[in-house]
Amino acid sequence: MAESVGAVTPQRLHCPEPLLLACGVPLAHFDLVYETYGVLNAQRSNAILICHALSGTHHVAGHYAGQPRSSGWWDNMVGPGKPVDTNRFFVIGVNNLGGCDGSTGPSSLDPATGHPYGPHFPFVTVEDWVRAQARLADHLQIARFAAVMGGSLGGMQALQWSLTYPERLRHAIVIAAAPNLSAQNIGFNEVARQAITTDPDFYGGNYYARGVIPERGLRLARMLGHITYLSDDAMMEKFGRDLLANAPHFSLDVEFEIESYLRYQGKKFSERFDANTYLIMTKALDYFDPALAHGGHLSKALARARADFLVVSFTSDWRFSPARSREIVKALLDNGLAVSYAEIDSSQGHDAFLMENPDYFAVMQAYLTRVFEALPHA
Amino acid sequence: MRESPSSAVHAGALVTRADWMVLASWIKLRSRVLDLGCGDGQLLRHLQQTRQVSGYGIEIEPTRVVSAVRHGVNVLQMNLETGLSGFDDRSFDTVILSQTLQAMRHTEAILREMLRVGHEGIVTFPNFGFWKNRLQVLGGVMPKSQAMPYEWFDTPNIHLCTLQDFEALCSRIGARVVQRLVMGAQGTPVGLFPNLRGSLAIYRIQPQ
Repeated sequence: MAESVGAVTPQRLHCPEPLLLACGVPLAHFDLVYETYGVLNAQRSNAILICHALSGTHHVAGHYAGQPRSSGWWDNMVGPGKPVDTNRFFVIGVNNLGGCDGSTGPSSLDPATGHPYGPHFPFVTVEDWVRAQARLADHLQIARFAAVMGGSLGGMQALQWSLTYPERLRHAIVIAAAPNLSAQNIGFNEVARQAITTDPDFYGGNYYARGVIPERGLRLARMLGHITYLSDDAMMEKFGRDLLANAPHFSLDVEFEIESYLRYQGKKFSERFDANTYLIMTKALDYFDPALAHGGHLSKALARARADFLVVSFTSDWRFSPARSREIVKALLDNGLAVSYAEIDSSQGHDAFLMENPDYFAVMQAYLTRVFEALPHA
Repeated sequence: MRESPSSAVHAGALVTRADWMVLASWIKLRSRVLDLGCGDGQLLRHLQQTRQVSGYGIEIEPTRVVSAVRHGVNVLQMNLETGLSGFDDRSFDTVILSQTLQAMRHTEAILREMLRVGHEGIVTFPNFGFWKNRLQVLGGVMPKSQAMPYEWFDTPNIHLCTLQDFEALCSRIGARVVQRLVMGAQGTPVGLFPNLRGSLAIYRIQPQ
């Protein structure tokens, strides 16, 4: 078993220059919270940026001192001897703009008013995140990443990096992603948002001042999300039709294991995640569509890209199905770009990108070894 | 992972290397190449190194996909049996089917697809009509050889054919044989009686 990166400490970068967001609003200044693992080499060429998904954070790997159970969300992938090997790479995890884990977001205090931004925090897009992440790269004096990678919404950021800053990454690793959301996907997001905004404790997004959170809405949003992140098979395998008790109670209380699991996940999420952040993050997902400015032609949109690509999908992922990844692959092929594509056999649904799977990890290990061996060493 | 063993389908190192050299000499410099059933990617890597091709390989088997990634080639994990629907007409200069034809279920379909996607196709396969194979059949057993090293009950090869058989299929699907090279068991070219003396065949085909 490979080891962990050990105890880690988050850092904060204050970006004093304004960032003009895609929605037209300039954000006067902002903070980004990030963590790093491994050592940046003398040529500053071995940096890997890890972009997080909808509910992820900058805490990718390792744990916080004195909290052994605080493992990062991708601790199985990132660490010494792991596919993203911190003995080889300098790895960066960053909390996205609009987040609720330390980077400037709706729950941060607006210096202009002294109150949380709340519903006044501007809508952000995947491209805005990428531009904000580039500020962090500037600060760390990383001219060009060895790779930018992520799963799901994180994969979309890796793809966007290759378009916004084609020269600033050698490789883009796009896992369990899609070139845009389907109507069904947007539909799921809208139900989740409605669950939050119709919660009586939402108060139009100004719940902070009242000392409440739209907990019921957040729980429902997360429960719905969890159903879409798993496959029917994976759920059946994990929970089946098992009852907590021996026989049905004919009541609306928790009876089936799956109900218990979803309620637990919903509760846990509502205790850590900000509702306004959830709303703008799901909107960022909905808006992501690099082909839009090119008449819907993804191939034309990707003509700007210069990176080499690894695209990975999972067979049972119905949220972002393999067919969506193959659209990305096709557009890369049309442009003659270097791309490898792995379609991993898994029953775990969309969540498979977070889980250990021998085929998946072997491909990641092989590709990242290639990335490492091609690094410019002085 | 170090140098992995050559994939099961690309068996027989001697013959394989000789057929690669012929194959490479038929590939235009810096052309676009698609290798169907690319195995561990070593042929494609050879073509990148010797012909500077812009190449992509297709492979379904996970451990071979990993080896191909490791060998520094572009590999796409897809099932050839469902066709090449993700690829546009004439989007490659050459489509290669190296020692994969005989392991395919949809033999005719893949040949049609390769001539749709490529300007030309290169197909290599073990010749079932090779005299040593015939001799083994005469002796009452299924043939085994360097080019076909499997037991009958444990072989990926389900559609073995002879040179004659292959050429008949080509004319059936409207493919023109532009070039053909047949090799003996030692990898040397065979002139006379190729369907009897040839162990491995390399064909270059184009749409009519």
